[in-house]
Amino acid sequence: MRQILHGRYRELAPHLVPLDYTNNPDIKVPMALIVTMPELKENPFRDRIVETFSEDGQGNMSFNDFVDMFSALCETSPRELKTIYAFKIYDFNRDNFICKEDLQKTLNKLTKGELTPEEVRLVCDKAIEEADLDADNKLSFADFENMISKAPDFLSNFHVRI
Amino acid sequence: MAHNVNFDLSHPRVEAGLESPADEEGVHDSFSQLIAEESQKEGPSDAIELQYQQRNPEDKDRDNVAYLSPSENRRWRIGSDKTGEEDKGRQTDSLLKDSWSSATLKILSSMPSRTIGRSRGAIISQYYNRTAELRRRTQRRASIKDFSRSARPSIRGYGVEVDTTDSAEKKQERLIQNLQNLSAVDRVRLLKEMPLNLSEKKSLRRLTLQMTKQTRSSSNLRCCSYLKFHIILALRHSWYNCLSFLHSLHLWQMPLKRVSGRFGSGVLSYFLFLKTLLFFNMFLFLVLGSFLVVPQAVYPPEQLENRKSFTGLELFTGGGYFANTLLYYGYYSNHTLHSCSKNNISSPPKPECDSKSLSYNMPLAYFFTIGLSFFVTCIILVYSMSKSFGQSFRIDKSNGMLAMKVFCSWDFKVIKRSSVRLLSENIRTQLKELLGEAHHRHIRSTISDKLVRLVMHGLGWILCIGATAGCVAVIYYFSDYMHKEQLKSSQNDSGDPELLKEASLLALPVLVSFINLMLPILFQFTAWMEKYNSPSLRTFVSLSRNLILKVSVLGVLCFHWLKRVAGSADNNKAFKCWESFVGQELYRFLIIDFIFTLLATLFGELLWRSFSDKVLKRNRRPGFDIAKNVLDLIYGQTLAWLGLLFAPLLPAVQILKLLLLFYIKMSSVMMNCQAPSRAYRVSQMTTIFITLLCFPSFLGASVCVTYTMWRLPSSESCGPFRGNKTMIQAGKQRIVELVKENPNLYFLAEAHTYLVENPLVLFVGATIFLIVIYFQSQVVDGQRKIIALLQEQIENEGEDKKFLITRLQSVHERKRTPARNLTSQVSLWNDRLV
Repeated sequence: MRQILHGRYRELAPHLVPLDYTNNPDIKVPMALIVTMPELKENPFRDRIVETFSEDGQGNMSFNDFVDMFSALCETSPRELKTIYAFKIYDFNRDNFICKEDLQKTLNKLTKGELTPEEVRLVCDKAIEEADLDADNKLSFADFENMISKAPDFLSNFHVRI
Repeated sequence: MAHNVNFDLSHPRVEAGLESPADEEGVHDSFSQLIAEESQKEGPSDAIELQYQQRNPEDKDRDNVAYLSPSENRRWRIGSDKTGEEDKGRQTDSLLKDSWSSATLKILSSMPSRTIGRSRGAIISQYYNRTAELRRRTQRRASIKDFSRSARPSIRGYGVEVDTTDSAEKKQERLIQNLQNLSAVDRVRLLKEMPLNLSEKKSLRRLTLQMTKQTRSSSNLRCCSYLKFHIILALRHSWYNCLSFLHSLHLWQMPLKRVSGRFGSGVLSYFLFLKTLLFFNMFLFLVLGSFLVVPQAVYPPEQLENRKSFTGLELFTGGGYFANTLLYYGYYSNHTLHSCSKNNISSPPKPECDSKSLSYNMPLAYFFTIGLSFFVTCIILVYSMSKSFGQSFRIDKSNGMLAMKVFCSWDFKVIKRSSVRLLSENIRTQLKELLGEAHHRHIRSTISDKLVRLVMHGLGWILCIGATAGCVAVIYYFSDYMHKEQLKSSQNDSGDPELLKEASLLALPVLVSFINLMLPILFQFTAWMEKYNSPSLRTFVSLSRNLILKVSVLGVLCFHWLKRVAGSADNNKAFKCWESFVGQELYRFLIIDFIFTLLATLFGELLWRSFSDKVLKRNRRPGFDIAKNVLDLIYGQTLAWLGLLFAPLLPAVQILKLLLLFYIKMSSVMMNCQAPSRAYRVSQMTTIFITLLCFPSFLGASVCVTYTMWRLPSSESCGPFRGNKTMIQAGKQRIVELVKENPNLYFLAEAHTYLVENPLVLFVGATIFLIVIYFQSQVVDGQRKIIALLQEQIENEGEDKKFLITRLQSVHERKRTPARNLTSQVSLWNDRLV
């Protein structure tokens, strides 16, 4: 599996990535190259995914980050891990809460901006009302986890095949 | 006094608040009430202070940050109707809509809830707490008197060390210590769940194993437990290697990825179901092949009839050349196979063969192999069904649909651009529907509308059930007619050519497959006529109609085989070996079903696509009907299970059929279909399909096989259970003979008499089973109540947090501006004096 991932990592930037990884060189592939991967190219959340798994938070991934990303998104990854990373991905401003603006951005990416602003506002309000348990008008990780635990499709949907 | 908020726990006023709930006076059961009271006591001064704060925005210590404001619709407390306090509470909170000082912000940003997953140190400390709790839970249960009495159940009994002064390394050491003391399973699971870098997880695991090895080697193990430990380790290691090898085979990895990339998880679930069925059949083939087919192939019985020549028709009818082969029941011998005698049963085996030769009791082997394969299949099915059910069933059915849709509906597997576009359109439609539902829930349809809809549904159901009943009657009478024809033709020995006789055997399978193909189209047309409120209701109705059709068709066929064909065994030489005949019938049904599926794929999808492209000039391609295709797969598997007793090589046929079907369906889907335009709940449907595979399908097959073994007399001239007794009686007789030969096995006979035949044992077993089920249902009820309680607690904690933060803010404010305080105090005293 690691060999396959190394092959995929290398074909993103053959001039940067060496064939031989035994002495763990410190190479980072920039985000612009990683999002050209076919598995991520059409995903509306590709920027956020790459940023979340990169060490520096800017999207430049080392090989370890790359392996982390695909192992967290694989089929046998545990539910808790997927929930934590999903929360980080949807938290656009990285304040450890999913506030209304984060929700609006998520919604716009999901529907490719085709919903009217009124509908977007309605959906965000209703979603926060449904999921927010401790009444602070935004979703903390506990709220998010509680909501995800009621969705049986989450595990099969939050899965990228390599 | 009231202004000094003292967080010292020994303070009398604070201690009064921590009394046990038995003291009703000292405890507030509503935090809004508490906030309201506190604010009332210090209301004016707070208001004045806050007005001061609002008037001085240029204070440099203020940082604007998101404030805590409750939503208007929030329910304050379950079961309390304190509307008066609600108003006051809301008023108080609107006063607190303010900016926080930097000291408050610093404390807020290091709250545990805000640091989840953010920094490595935070993750390690969080998981340290989790491992400590796990260890505590597994080691011993503290008695209730160890817990301090407190009115707040959330802080009772945790005893978690919350000293944040530990450095990161020390925390890591303690985490490693805790990990060591857990069991291996727990340790692996926790390591997997940690959201850390892979390299850090590796180093943690390495450190833990190192320290484990050190502690292990330091203790003196006795030699035998040391050996046992190493053997267990070696076994586990080899098991993991075996599993990883199987996984690395990656059967069909690339085609599955292409399908999921273009069509999403729904269509992928069909192909995964196909893969599961393939594995079931491979397992059956291995078991039956190694225990039945191979021994019989190595020692073939005496050929009494002439083998017919091979014509191409055998592949379809299963008769002719295939009639007296390993494929069917009739070929298997009913005596013990000896490795050195290849003679007839009538000639006695040579004396020197007996003692040293390996003997293989064919009838017993047949009996037990079939029983074992059904039993193991049953266990695997029930296990996968319960696992799937556990994943998809949710105890708390509250309506969090919209939030779930927003976060969980994007399928990350979809890669193709057009499919991505379709998916986002899909999600948009679903969101609009949900919003519309929320608005139009109050609009009630008129009585005439409801009546019309009811009449349409009733008509639709009557039509479908009528059509099903009609087709079942047609099958019944046609099979009767064919049976009589066969009896007549074998008695008369008419001059019809052999080929025609063989081909006429194909008439019944063709009719059944034709009905299976046409009737679902009628059901679709009916569903199109009726209008359903929700798409899930439509899916369930169509699924149940198709299921009723297939179950009734299989039922009438089983009746035909087990009653008519088996019943006419003694009258007629054509049905002398009725088990082989039934096996041939099942072979025919499997093959014809496959051919019809092929034709349906060709005509249904390819031709429809060219028709719609060229004639109708539409851009929409047909969708892939997942439910109908999965039901077809389940139907085929039921036939295979039914035929296991009569044709031991049928799993091989089914394997070939499934392999071909995979590639045909894959290419058809890729060429002709488009991504589904309707929502499809994958895990729910997968659970339903596995349940359908277990309950009507496998249960029906095993009931038929059990009935055959128990009640029907086996044929006289062929098969391992020759003689005019039922298979079970023949099996029992064999066991008696075996026990007579080897007196050491007498306990088998005893066990059989006292355990299997005794109805009391079954009765007691069933009672225990029912009691266990009742207890489990009570546990589920209790858990539901606990979930409600925990939700209430979370709301309480939210209130607490707000309260404490505002208190913290006011403390900092007062510390920072003593001068202002003094002025306000003075003015207050002045007011009071006046």
